[in-house]
Amino acid sequence: MKYKLGTYAVAAVMAASPVMADLVFPSLSYRTGPYAAGGIPFADGYADYFTMLNERDGGIGGVMTRVLECETGYNTEKGVECYESTKGEGSLVYQPLSTGITYQLIPKTTADGIPMHTMGYGRTSAANGEVFSHTFNYPANYWNGASGAINYLLEQNDGDLNGKRVALVYHNSAYGKEPIRTLQELSAKHGFEFKEVPVDHPGQEQKSQWLQIRRDKPDYVIMYGWGVMNQVAVQEAANIRFPMENFIGIWWSGSENDVLAAGDAANGYKALTFHGVGRDFPVFDDIQTHVVDKGNAAGAGDQIGTVLYNRGLYAAMLAAEAVKTAQEIHGEMDITPAMMRDGMEALEMTEAKMAALGLPNFGPEFNVSCQNHGGTGLVGMTQWDASSKTWSLVSDFAPSDMDVIGPLIAEDSEAYAAENNITPACN
Amino acid sequence: MNEQLVYTFEVIVNGLMAGVLYALVALGFVLIYKASGIFNYAQGVMALFAAMTLVGIQNGQVPFAHLINAIFGTDVHKFGWSVHSFLAILFTVAVMVLLAWMVQRFVFRHLVGQEPIILFMATIGLAYFLEGVADLMWGSELKPLDVCMAQGNCLPQGMNGWLDNTTYDAWGTGVFIDNLDIVATIVAAILVIGLIVFAQYTKQGRAMRAVADDHQAALSVGVSLNFIWVLVWSLAGFVALVAGIMWGAKSGVQFSLSLIALKALPVLMLGGFTSIPGAIVGGLIIGVGEKLFEFLIGAPFLGGATENWFAYMLALLFLVFRPQGLFGEKIIERV
Repeated sequence: MKYKLGTYAVAAVMAASPVMADLVFPSLSYRTGPYAAGGIPFADGYADYFTMLNERDGGIGGVMTRVLECETGYNTEKGVECYESTKGEGSLVYQPLSTGITYQLIPKTTADGIPMHTMGYGRTSAANGEVFSHTFNYPANYWNGASGAINYLLEQNDGDLNGKRVALVYHNSAYGKEPIRTLQELSAKHGFEFKEVPVDHPGQEQKSQWLQIRRDKPDYVIMYGWGVMNQVAVQEAANIRFPMENFIGIWWSGSENDVLAAGDAANGYKALTFHGVGRDFPVFDDIQTHVVDKGNAAGAGDQIGTVLYNRGLYAAMLAAEAVKTAQEIHGEMDITPAMMRDGMEALEMTEAKMAALGLPNFGPEFNVSCQNHGGTGLVGMTQWDASSKTWSLVSDFAPSDMDVIGPLIAEDSEAYAAENNITPACN
Repeated sequence: MNEQLVYTFEVIVNGLMAGVLYALVALGFVLIYKASGIFNYAQGVMALFAAMTLVGIQNGQVPFAHLINAIFGTDVHKFGWSVHSFLAILFTVAVMVLLAWMVQRFVFRHLVGQEPIILFMATIGLAYFLEGVADLMWGSELKPLDVCMAQGNCLPQGMNGWLDNTTYDAWGTGVFIDNLDIVATIVAAILVIGLIVFAQYTKQGRAMRAVADDHQAALSVGVSLNFIWVLVWSLAGFVALVAGIMWGAKSGVQFSLSLIALKALPVLMLGGFTSIPGAIVGGLIIGVGEKLFEFLIGAPFLGGATENWFAYMLALLFLVFRPQGLFGEKIIERV
């Protein structure tokens, strides 16, 4: 009897132990709920890239990858539950895909020693790696986006925005409020009038906000929206005949989902980006051959090349490159989360590297360091063509105003360090 | 004309029209509550389900395609045809009637005589079940909704272009009126008149009212409770389809469409749960009230985004003085 019990105990322990023979990438996805339309293509892109690496290359450095998907429904509590239930599986890096979940996971991941990558979302000041040791937000953050939009407008106006009016239509949440301080600083610096127009969740009804814009007649509108708020805003802008070329969305307001509902009226709408658009990149041929054609696609295979699919794929590619860097640093193929963090902190993305991966000019070149977890903050501008139903890049990836953003990052991260008794340092 | 006055007028007109859209959602709640005493939590999801079914039929999408492909290893997604909007609406109505029958047959028939809270809980379950079925049946991705009566004459734009252009430049500043809202107002007016005529002048309508007044008395004179409940859920399904079209035309059909139910709650609190005219008047008051408050006080002094809480505050104020709502029936229980 004792022998039997002992056998069961050993078996149970073995079953409960993390499988160490693969590289685990948890994917906190949302394929259900009100934001599913945005969550599905990202999750598909993230999973398909790792499947391609397994099928084509036999994993990374000879170790197979495993994507551990957990449904959050874009709900912060569920996101935290997902984290707790997957962290023991040997998870290498978390991509929460939600600013709310990110804020909850920053202290948890730091305590557990697991890195987190919040690409283009989350807590902007996490770019300060001396304070946020396990959070990375390269290659760009919300404040880079705000500055990138203003830089683009400066370029359009021969460097002078004096006397112009810029309105910010934003999701009335922690996410939507992120760019306000930056835009206020930039308004003082460049002399444009800045107006805030909040929209309450979920943003299905925005009549008041767009009547306000009709009355105030801003020259430009910048939008920080997500989900249904984006589609309604584009439609309402078209209804009041606001010039679409003067309407700029952040990257979370710049997918096909956001413009298709408005049809031809959305033509000319612009959105910021930190990665390439379309499927004219060699890597997609490999995805087709090794993933879709073999019936291994995470979704129906019909999202390839869409903005959010590309973003998910880009996130996966950056994670895979960080693994390679970690493997080089430690001479170990089956890496741990701590090694992964080292790899992320030493990540260098060059054009040569991206071209070799089948993604030439897909994203900006950047380096990560202990001091800078946010990369170079280069952002580009895309524009929607309603007739061909395609986005195209209409600017280069250009730098944002770090003279304004740098001090804001320092101020916010120092406040966080003081609140949490963190001594800023590089290990 | 004074510019501020024109903008205020514009806000009032648009508030009224937004109120019509709220009332469209509230109507579905009223119909079911009036006839069966059930507060249908699933009304918002029914609007989503109806709109998704409409788009699916229009685009010739194969229902449950992902499931079929996963089980049988096939790769089917579309039938290869598209259906005219009018026909697609008819097919969708048929699906909603079938859904009404199934809800009655498999859920509420077994719950006759249960406490209202049990029936309410059943509608919560129904909401989540229906959301899951909608997802399996048509997929979670966003679907643009083009309801066209003729070529180039589609919602949300393309209808009433003349009115749009005329009002756009009126009085120098123009008065903005959304095409979609005009259509919604006309449709809502037709719907309400139709419902009133149905309830007053048809045999089934009178039977429906009899059940609403006293279902045991109605049963004793030979009215079939099952039939009336199927009828009422079908009507609520039809109203949900109309609401789904109007809201979905603006934002595309996606899962957040079910959240439009949140907009109907203050309308119901204000107009009463049992009155069709109450839903309309309540919608109009909430629509104008929240828009005017945002325009005159919210945006200039409170930082904006006041509409959501103001609608509930307004409804609460009415409740304090008239707990049954503006048009609701006063319940007097004598011991």
